[in-house]
Amino acid sequence: MEAGRVRRETVIEARNLGLTFETNDGPVHALRDVSLSIGKGEFVSFIGPSGCGKTTFLRCIAALEAPTAGTLSVNGMSADAARRARAYGYVFQAAGLYPWRTIAGNIRLPLEIMGFSRAEQAERVEKVLSLVDLEGFGRKFPWQLSGGMQQRASIARALAFDADILLMDEPFGALDEIVRDRLNEALLKLWARTEKTIGFVTHSIPEAVYLSTKIVVMSPRPGRITDVIESTLPRERPLDIRDSSAFIAIAHRVRDGLRAGQGDEE
Amino acid sequence: MLVPVLTVLSVIVVLWYGAAIWLNAQWTYDQAARAGAEVSFSELLADTLTQDRPVLPAPHQVAAGLWDGFFAQKVTSKRSLVYHGWITLSATLLGFAIGSGAGIVLAVGIVHNRAMDLSVMPWAIASQTIPILAIAPMVIVVLASVGVTGILPKAVISAYLSFFPVVVGMAKGFRSPRPMQLDQLRTYNATRAQTFWKLRFPASLPYLFASLKVSVAASLVGAIVGELPAGGAGGLGARLLSGSYYGQTIQIWSALFTAAILAAGLVMIIGAIEKATLRRMGMGG
Repeated sequence: MEAGRVRRETVIEARNLGLTFETNDGPVHALRDVSLSIGKGEFVSFIGPSGCGKTTFLRCIAALEAPTAGTLSVNGMSADAARRARAYGYVFQAAGLYPWRTIAGNIRLPLEIMGFSRAEQAERVEKVLSLVDLEGFGRKFPWQLSGGMQQRASIARALAFDADILLMDEPFGALDEIVRDRLNEALLKLWARTEKTIGFVTHSIPEAVYLSTKIVVMSPRPGRITDVIESTLPRERPLDIRDSSAFIAIAHRVRDGLRAGQGDEE
Repeated sequence: MLVPVLTVLSVIVVLWYGAAIWLNAQWTYDQAARAGAEVSFSELLADTLTQDRPVLPAPHQVAAGLWDGFFAQKVTSKRSLVYHGWITLSATLLGFAIGSGAGIVLAVGIVHNRAMDLSVMPWAIASQTIPILAIAPMVIVVLASVGVTGILPKAVISAYLSFFPVVVGMAKGFRSPRPMQLDQLRTYNATRAQTFWKLRFPASLPYLFASLKVSVAASLVGAIVGELPAGGAGGLGARLLSGSYYGQTIQIWSALFTAAILAAGLVMIIGAIEKATLRRMGMGG
């Protein structure tokens, strides 16, 4: 897919976005002056130390937080209108599956809420189960599955209603390295097949570089963007691409960005 | 499993016999003194365990009283414990239904309405600090004056005791979903009703059953207390009252044991429903 070179239509657009929490210890600037545009079909990672606002920014896009300054548009409308139009699927840090529902029942949850017909619910559940390689596990309960499988089920749940945008907040943060590698590989395949726009929060440099077409490096106090790196890696990425010089060069630039962000704090 | 249970049980029975001999001995000595006779140890044993109105009836006397009350009488007889037990049980069940229903409704209000959140709980707590023995006669009298008599006043008293554990448990249960789970439903743009039925309610079920077990036992206490001022209308409470009027200690203890058996049975039934429900929901482990 060479489409990456073509000018893409903008899906998410932030201009001078700021978010200040009023606390008893005075205002906390979670985000300040964040400007970023994300094109259709991009895979954008947000990386930075804790407190840099990467999760907060993702939550702003999802309209789970309300910015106090600047403008933010998602699919050409306000973030909250986009949420009400069910423009995105959101994957949280924990799988958060309902223990009283089977895997299929959990994936059906958003479909029930959105009023899909029973036939269509069943059809979509089957489809997304196969997208995340969980065919045949629909009737199991969450506790019968490993942590990695549960997280895959939660991704399937976010995909079930086929929103164009997928927002993921450190979805593999709690999993071990080996499982994480496998899931990252599977996620890239899934992205290639579905052509969704993905926003991905992580604190792992290799993960960000391996997955993304664009890496947004952020730094804390106040949360802001210090570097935006367009990846030069091809879209086809076997796991051993992580030994290539291009990969190492990007990882180096990310690390420099992170260090610079730390630097002007001291 | 069985051995420790039986050990504890036999220790209780032995202590009980000991206490019965000790507490009833005074009467035996007094009788003997009046007749100018001496009491041997075997006579003491025989007498203290077979008195008509002992201070503390021996276990076998209570067992005989229970047997007589349950099996030796027609169930419609006023001397049948089945008859009195049913009167109390029906008031208990009605009160339990009203009380736990009201408790759930109040908890839903507390979780969804800020004004109720701030105002209901202090009143609920205050209501439980008033001694039920003081309230019960007034409820009976007030309701009787507007023409309501029979089972309903007792059920009201029973409900008064049983709604509280349900309010407290369910307010906690409905709030048991984590913020992440609520955020997730927000991303689906779910309505409050959907959030309640899909998430809050199922998540609250373990809390519901725990509350119901406490609540049903409280309902039984409420029904019995409600029968004390009503006196003649029957029920285990009336049985306790008449037993204490006439010094029929065996009757009192038989009624007490009947109440205990009822309470244990009700709690066990709820426990069985809990187990079946949670297993079906995949939460039984």
